[in-house]
Amino acid sequence: MKVSLSWLKDYVEVKMDPADLADSLTMAGLEVDSVSDRYAYLNGVVVARVEKVMPHPNADKLIICRVSTGERRVSIVCGAPNVKEGMLAALAQPGTVLQNGYRLEKSVIRGEHSEGMLCSDAELGLGDNPAGIMNLNSSLKVGSGLAAALDLSDTVFELDLTPNRPDCLSVMGIAREIAAIQNTPLKYPAYEIEDKADTIHKLSSVKIDAPDHCPRYSARLVENINVAVSPFWLQDRLLSVGQRPINNIVDITNFVMLETGQPLHAFDFENLAENRIVVRLASDGEKFTTLDEKERTLESEMLMICDGQKAVAVGGVMGGLNSEIEVDTTRVLIEGAYFNPVSIRRTSKKLGLNTDASHRFERGVDPQGTIRAINRAAKLMVEIGNGALVEGIIDEYPNRQSVKSVRLGIKRTNRLLGTDLNRNQIRGLLESIEFKVDPASGNADSLEVTPPPFRVDVSRPEDLMEEVARLSGYHNIPTTFPVMPAEGRRAVHNLEIRKRLKRLMNGFGFTEVIAYSFMSELSGDRLRLKKQDPRRSMVHILNPLTEDQAVMRTSLVPGILETMTYNTARQIKNLKIFEIGKIFLDAEQQDLPQEAEMLLALWTGARSETSWHNRDIPCDFYDIKGIAEGLMGALKLVGIRFRAMPDDSCEYTRPGHTAQILVSDLRVGLVGEIHPRVRDSFDLKQTAFIFELELEKIAGMITEDRHSKPLPRFPAINRDITIIIDRGIETQTVLEAVQRFQEELIENLHLFDIFEGVPIADGKKSVSFRVTYRSPDKTLEDDDVNGLHKSITDRLLNAFDATLP
Amino acid sequence: MEKNLDQIHQDGLKELEAAKNNRDIQDLSVRYLGRKGILTQFLRNISQLPDEQRPQAGKKANQIKNILDKAFRKAAQELASVGAAKDAGIDVSLPGRKMAAGYLHPITQINNRMCDIFSSLGFDIAEGPEVESDYYNFEALNFPKDHPARDMQDTFFVSDDIVLRTHTSPLQIRTMEKQKPPVRIVCPGKVYRCDSDLTHTPMFHQVEGLLIDENISFGDLKGVLTTFVHQMFDEQTSLRFRPSFFPFTEPSAEVDILCVMCRGKGCRICSHTGWLEILGSGMVHPALYDNVGYDADRYTGFAFGMGVERIAMLKYGIDDIRKFFENDMRFLEQF
Repeated sequence: MKVSLSWLKDYVEVKMDPADLADSLTMAGLEVDSVSDRYAYLNGVVVARVEKVMPHPNADKLIICRVSTGERRVSIVCGAPNVKEGMLAALAQPGTVLQNGYRLEKSVIRGEHSEGMLCSDAELGLGDNPAGIMNLNSSLKVGSGLAAALDLSDTVFELDLTPNRPDCLSVMGIAREIAAIQNTPLKYPAYEIEDKADTIHKLSSVKIDAPDHCPRYSARLVENINVAVSPFWLQDRLLSVGQRPINNIVDITNFVMLETGQPLHAFDFENLAENRIVVRLASDGEKFTTLDEKERTLESEMLMICDGQKAVAVGGVMGGLNSEIEVDTTRVLIEGAYFNPVSIRRTSKKLGLNTDASHRFERGVDPQGTIRAINRAAKLMVEIGNGALVEGIIDEYPNRQSVKSVRLGIKRTNRLLGTDLNRNQIRGLLESIEFKVDPASGNADSLEVTPPPFRVDVSRPEDLMEEVARLSGYHNIPTTFPVMPAEGRRAVHNLEIRKRLKRLMNGFGFTEVIAYSFMSELSGDRLRLKKQDPRRSMVHILNPLTEDQAVMRTSLVPGILETMTYNTARQIKNLKIFEIGKIFLDAEQQDLPQEAEMLLALWTGARSETSWHNRDIPCDFYDIKGIAEGLMGALKLVGIRFRAMPDDSCEYTRPGHTAQILVSDLRVGLVGEIHPRVRDSFDLKQTAFIFELELEKIAGMITEDRHSKPLPRFPAINRDITIIIDRGIETQTVLEAVQRFQEELIENLHLFDIFEGVPIADGKKSVSFRVTYRSPDKTLEDDDVNGLHKSITDRLLNAFDATLP
Repeated sequence: MEKNLDQIHQDGLKELEAAKNNRDIQDLSVRYLGRKGILTQFLRNISQLPDEQRPQAGKKANQIKNILDKAFRKAAQELASVGAAKDAGIDVSLPGRKMAAGYLHPITQINNRMCDIFSSLGFDIAEGPEVESDYYNFEALNFPKDHPARDMQDTFFVSDDIVLRTHTSPLQIRTMEKQKPPVRIVCPGKVYRCDSDLTHTPMFHQVEGLLIDENISFGDLKGVLTTFVHQMFDEQTSLRFRPSFFPFTEPSAEVDILCVMCRGKGCRICSHTGWLEILGSGMVHPALYDNVGYDADRYTGFAFGMGVERIAMLKYGIDDIRKFFENDMRFLEQF
């Protein structure tokens, strides 16, 4: 909402300077977004003397003026009839942007140079005389800025109003707040009309068929109007808040709306069939062309203003092209109505049509303000448009809107605010903004308060408390601290685990990334997910910003690969990154989708940076697997196993290079190399390795329980075993076989060598591991383990059809 | 003869003092104790001495040999332990074998800091779904359907009744439904609004708080938020509470802090106002108590909410919110 200081001053004496005023309004809850100098656009316009006038050699109707700005002389091509040598004129210099948006530049007009323009007052937005250039008072100083010379000053405030304050969508409403802040009176314009007769009822009528949607409809008629350009004062008021003047009738309705907050509509009475108004709901599919010349398809819940035969306006939203005010209009019916806010909002949303009127109606206008507003408009039409008032008023009000009084407890107010205000102070504050306090009702601890009808936001005691708080000033409320019990905070398990995981991943050298929770619907294809994969059941956004963000992600993989693409494009090729975030799976049976937290880590590029002590070794599967093992080890998870993923269940990872991660036989994630085809679909050339963990599953397995074990008292004996087995056997199964022997003396197994090639036969590999034997009771001697070691070796040879080297 | 031996003893020790490095000491050792060394020569020539002097000289020569041997070894050991002081050493300026730690995302860092401050003040942490029902996101928070207040938040819709949560305030209702007062929670998490420019991304992070108990006042709201701002920024960062509107609080307050860049003088960051808007707050609207079955006569409380990105941008001087989600390593490694 824009408001100018000059306009505000019509209703309230402003004692503060503009900066203080803006600050006071902001602190009263009407946030001022910007304060600007209304005449800033005149910065390049100076007072200049026309020294010489010469004919234009190539144009009969143009002349060339030699003009002095005191400092320099310039040539201006001009066409105005009233230019005279010696006169003072307003020179708009190159670079000036006029109010109509036209930017002046140095130019050549029919072969003659022109450095600017001598302007009329209309061109400068300072008057309504378009015919000739401004003839300035000869006492003005040549070269001085025009705004300063003419003493033009006005400030425009742009307010960012919250939706609860429709009363301030009017200059009057803001003036009321200023009056309350300053404790000065508010001046209302004359709204009263004394009708001597009731002529209007003979000429017209209003019938409301939808009183829920239109509780009140008031109308006045003005005849013999002369539609013309508005007088300058009216244009100036509209221009001061950035509204374009159109003609006197439209300007008057706009002016009254801006002044009072009550939207009005002016109908050409001649165009109203049967000269009457019917307010009814539209029928489904009904077509209607609005003032903006667009044909709209209506729905049955939309409120229409009609004449005796056809619709003439979408109620509270926009008028129709068929009843627009034209140059030859002479009789005008002024509509001032109160429409149901919800009804207007629905219609405006459905039609995608947000107008000054709908903006106010959907927030709630003053139901008692219709008559005042149409009276004000009718008086202006008589005054400005030379119209004749038709006596009488139509006021159909089938659905009376009442304002209920609210009982405000003094103690409760002070308790909620933390203040110590007395009954009289609170009463004074409320009365300063036209709230009525009934002196008879209420008691020593309460007030019976009736809010004014324009304060549609006030219905509860707390609403009144807010008024009290804001008028006495939030800064005057003492700062205190609540009593908080000294009880321990409850740690949230998943939150703690998430924090630990992030810190561990940092320790392993991985940097956290956060990608959008959205992805493209094509991600399912890009990840090569199977048709029945649950991650194909995506949650679709009805109004996405882009196609790339049209669904909620069902995997963190697309996001992290896009991060890789982004960085590789910036020559950052070595990445160790991870993300912890949610995926969203559509659960058709339930209201809300299933949300699951995931961890995804990606390693690509060099294992460690190329340096003086090592060459550039690319990271591989075992690097990322080592991280997964280290991470799960640090979390003290037990029973972790890695098993080859069957080739046909590898989607975004490379077959033969992927393992599923199992904890106690429950699959909790996977580790592997990104599938080459997935890489291609993300425009990646370099290979990358990932591991993925389902946090919900892991979180339940992590405990804080720890039990200390005694440290060994006797030394251990290490013995190595090397056997040759089939190449295809997973090495880990050999160690697991030894574990299954459950020999008490075996403390640890450590794999230290794998070898293929000569002298080992084709299709075979040698596997070497160290067995650590230890007894809790004594120092082991060779004799104690020789037999056992041989037996273990024999059993392995047997179990794996293996040979010794 | 004995005099000759004493001379050898003294010379040996003197030369040792002059020795600069291991090599010098080794040379000395060879010259005195080696196969052709001075003392070995002496012992070899002992037969030329008169018989009665021989045992005495032999004993003394052996003693001196031992003394010098010990002295040389000790010196060599000392040299070795001092190391570089006397040997050629290694180039310590070469970089070490790098064990680079990773970084937490700046949003996580600020989010953790915010939650830690509120935790230390006595708030629990609560989390909830990001795809939310209209009821929890709007209706129960006193945003009726078809109310212009809904325009304050550009909403992503999944269906008529399901939205991407536009704030973490649904946790207020979800928590109140589950527990009776006192309630003290902060709710961190991702939120979504369909908007994208220099200062808006369709996804961002919020931390919301709720405190409900008997006798909680607007003054208490000011106290808790003042403490938070002083801990998050510093004690010199003053606050300004001004009236505003949120459907789920009444009275509502927008909280501005003194511009952290210009300290109130006015700059580009604060649009020359000297103030920065950082959070919304207010006393819990009684409609919420009605919705969850709390006794509105008995309990009062306050709620507040703020954007993590906004605070991070101010703390770190970041001018474009989109940088948080581009995940450019050169950006992430700055924090």
